[in-house]
Amino acid sequence: MGRVVLVTGAARPLAGRFVRRVQREPDVDLVLAVDTEPPAHRLGAAEFVRADIQHPAVGKLLVERSVDTVVHLDVNATPPVRRGSRAAVKEANVIGTMQLLGACQKAPAVRRLVVKSSTHVYGGAPRDPAVCRETTVPKELPGGGFAKDLLEVEGYVRGFARRRPDIAVTVLRFADVLGARAGSPLAEYLTLPVLPTVFGYDPRLQFVHEDDALAVLALAAGEPRRGSLAAGTFNIAGDGVVVLSQCARRLGRPTLPLPLPALTWAGAALRGVGAREISPEHVRLLTHGRVVDTTAMRAILGFEPEYTTADALADFIRVHGPGPLPPSTVHRAVDRLQEAVRHG
Amino acid sequence: MADAKVIPFDDDRARGARRTKRGALASVGEQASAARPARRGPLAERSRERPSGAEGGAAEGGPASTPGGGRGPGAVARPGALERLLGDEWDRRAARGLSFLRRRLTGEYEVDDFGYDAELTEQVLMSLLRPVYDAYFRVEVRGIENIPADGGALVVANHSGTLPWDGLMLQVAVHDHHPAGRHLRLLAADLVFVLPVVGELARKAGHTLACAEDAERLLTRGEVVGVMPEGFKGVGKPFADRYKLQRFGRGGFVSTALRAGVPIVPCSIVGAEEIHPMLGNARTLARLLGLPYFPLTPTFPWLGPLGAVPLPTKWTIQFGEPIPTDGYEPEAADDPVLMFHLTDQVREKIQHTLYKLLVQRRSVFF
Repeated sequence: MGRVVLVTGAARPLAGRFVRRVQREPDVDLVLAVDTEPPAHRLGAAEFVRADIQHPAVGKLLVERSVDTVVHLDVNATPPVRRGSRAAVKEANVIGTMQLLGACQKAPAVRRLVVKSSTHVYGGAPRDPAVCRETTVPKELPGGGFAKDLLEVEGYVRGFARRRPDIAVTVLRFADVLGARAGSPLAEYLTLPVLPTVFGYDPRLQFVHEDDALAVLALAAGEPRRGSLAAGTFNIAGDGVVVLSQCARRLGRPTLPLPLPALTWAGAALRGVGAREISPEHVRLLTHGRVVDTTAMRAILGFEPEYTTADALADFIRVHGPGPLPPSTVHRAVDRLQEAVRHG
Repeated sequence: MADAKVIPFDDDRARGARRTKRGALASVGEQASAARPARRGPLAERSRERPSGAEGGAAEGGPASTPGGGRGPGAVARPGALERLLGDEWDRRAARGLSFLRRRLTGEYEVDDFGYDAELTEQVLMSLLRPVYDAYFRVEVRGIENIPADGGALVVANHSGTLPWDGLMLQVAVHDHHPAGRHLRLLAADLVFVLPVVGELARKAGHTLACAEDAERLLTRGEVVGVMPEGFKGVGKPFADRYKLQRFGRGGFVSTALRAGVPIVPCSIVGAEEIHPMLGNARTLARLLGLPYFPLTPTFPWLGPLGAVPLPTKWTIQFGEPIPTDGYEPEAADDPVLMFHLTDQVREKIQHTLYKLLVQRRSVFF
């Protein structure tokens, strides 16, 4: 008998792609996709179960269908609909995870748990080391928002791993995911026509390509390969670093440096008109940046990302198109200048 | 040549050391009395090694024309050089500059994990600092060969001068003078990365936060890392304490070097102490502004921003013999007594070199 995989948060695009991918694995018999909203995308042969993980019904589902792998992707920075409130997101992240873990604890068949986290847990402060390891404890813990949710979620997951040592628990801390459809807050930010930045700071950024994110989720949800161990906490990021100014130039989008308080106001104003918001942890990322060490990802998890940070960005530009100042135009302008210098 | 340029030290040990050093120098001076007038000339001033004889001066003859440019033979040589450049060279230079501009504007350059932008540092930041280094502080570098040509090394230097000009000059010294063209990666205080613009430029110039994690990562990658263990205690010390090394922390830099198995290169910087003579410290104002100290110098803050211009002192940067750390077991890095001993050894080495250089110095400004 094959495995039964339960995926939470299936209405999100990335989770939807994961549901479609994991059912192609040879040893997987059934995929249960759970969310409170029906997804806009296809889920293939997976069975969609409309349920709230904050509700004990999920526990019954786990036992009845004898689920052995739980992939918890319902940890999100943004509400599913544009006007959703921050409090509801926090509720879904923290209480949802707590209830799901409680349900897993009572489900005897569960063997493997994969939780999606983010490198936002490292906060990002000038007093932290430049490159964060999984063991790095930030000097300033994030005080609120999504980063605080993640800290609490990871805390519950660690407690769960202690109580159920027979379950292999994997926490994947993703850097910002870029791809054709991934709707991460940073990806939305990078599609703004003009990028508001924090004056006097040029943060270092790291990206993961969507395909790599799916591949590593599948790897962690499957049976571990020989010589690798899929339990533990891992940073997931593409190789290399880009700084925001460089990123904006490659995107061909002009930057608008604003003093730090003004950017927070601008973020609030954007939210006020119902546009994309700039959340406090996002402002933090845009101020100090964040780079993680991925040695454990390679050495222990045995995962080699296909895209570097620069490749992921290039692919993002390919899909979304360059902004109002494409690098090719800049290139031609410099060529013309060169001609002018030579002849005139 | 003696008393005017030797800074009087307060403690007796230093005074004793100075007396013996002066004696030693006198005997050297008698032997080399013929060479002494030459040391005042621009040739010897520029030389990287201590002038050991006539051939040393002759070997340095080529590059020596640049710093002397302000006064004397170099000033005559410069228009000639420009004319030469305006020939075929000009077109090539413009092309190079434009391709640089193109790469910058389209974002086609690389930065490392720490945000170090090698191209920007070499083409822009170093070019901005070089005039300060060559013409203003007229830095003389000695013993640069003590930094290994490859592999990691930890350069440990004294820190002084109210504003960290010494770190920047040290970076230029290693970049411009090392035969293998190595880059010094400086470890800076967290205050640097809190400040806007300053923090951004520091990261681009390859500096990073002074913490064991970052230092170890850089050293194991085989970089030359520069650290000034005195920190704020050194850079913000009163003028009366000049050239007296402050406490070297708890020796964290030694255990980091030991873990990475890289040699420690002691480095003594003379001249930086006098750029901003710090006569007082407005502590209340410093606390209000969140700064470690607020300097009161004869010119700052009385003359406003003009008062923050450093005095044009003459600098010497001397790199000492590397102290190997690979002879210890890995657990030695956790032995506080051994760390303390090694820290003290490095500190003493730097302090003695400082005294030696001070005795040899002819004047603060020349």
